[in-house]
Amino acid sequence: MARALIHVPPSAKRGDIVEIKTLISHVMETGYRIGVTGKPIPRDIIDDFVCTYNGEEVFRAKLYPAIAANPFISFFTVATESGTLAFSWTDQHGATQVQTATIKVE
Amino acid sequence: MAGSGVILRLAIRPAAATPETMREAVRSAIGEATVKKGRVKLDLPPIVENGNSVPCTVSVESPMTAADHVKAIHIFNEKNPQPNVISIKLNPRAGRAAFSTRIRLADSQTVTAIAEMSDGSCWSDDIDVIVTLAACLEESIR
Repeated sequence: MARALIHVPPSAKRGDIVEIKTLISHVMETGYRIGVTGKPIPRDIIDDFVCTYNGEEVFRAKLYPAIAANPFISFFTVATESGTLAFSWTDQHGATQVQTATIKVE
Repeated sequence: MAGSGVILRLAIRPAAATPETMREAVRSAIGEATVKKGRVKLDLPPIVENGNSVPCTVSVESPMTAADHVKAIHIFNEKNPQPNVISIKLNPRAGRAAFSTRIRLADSQTVTAIAEMSDGSCWSDDIDVIVTLAACLEESIR
């Protein structure tokens, strides 16, 4: 779908609260703008974002057209164990993009 | 010619959300729970030059334990075409009940954040924002 940037600290101490930052390139077209033809430009937004940590959901967001283009979301999670964080963005048409990052927990 | 263009644009311009539609959106998100002020901190710049991308942070005072944590945080606005901005779901794995994003604001207005706790209580914070360049309704170059 698009290019995504993810920042997860590569390593953390067990029990630390770590900040995760994500950004995906997407127009987030609101559906309220008028194009040069005089017709509204159809809505095209990402409306769902989920982060799982070793398969368990830790953060979920429902996005509306009021989220700026190239949605940026940062949030926190507790570093419980080494493993994989999976990030998935789903647009209104049901297309999903998944990207993963690994974290080492000592 | 230019005049007719203006009329056309006004005719197509979508109705903005109002404080009433915002209240409806709040009710459909959190049900009939009473919303109290406090525990939530909504951070937005008080004066926004460009409503297309406004940094926005919400943090909630909570120990984020299994017994006492924040279940959800919602952001609402009064004057964008839609009252909803974002709704997030949290669980104790978050460790800290806070998140940041960038939002669009179509007009100077009040923005509200509401947090739903695991005990069913709801807490809120709101902030008045002045927007000089509005989002959503500008002409497209496409």
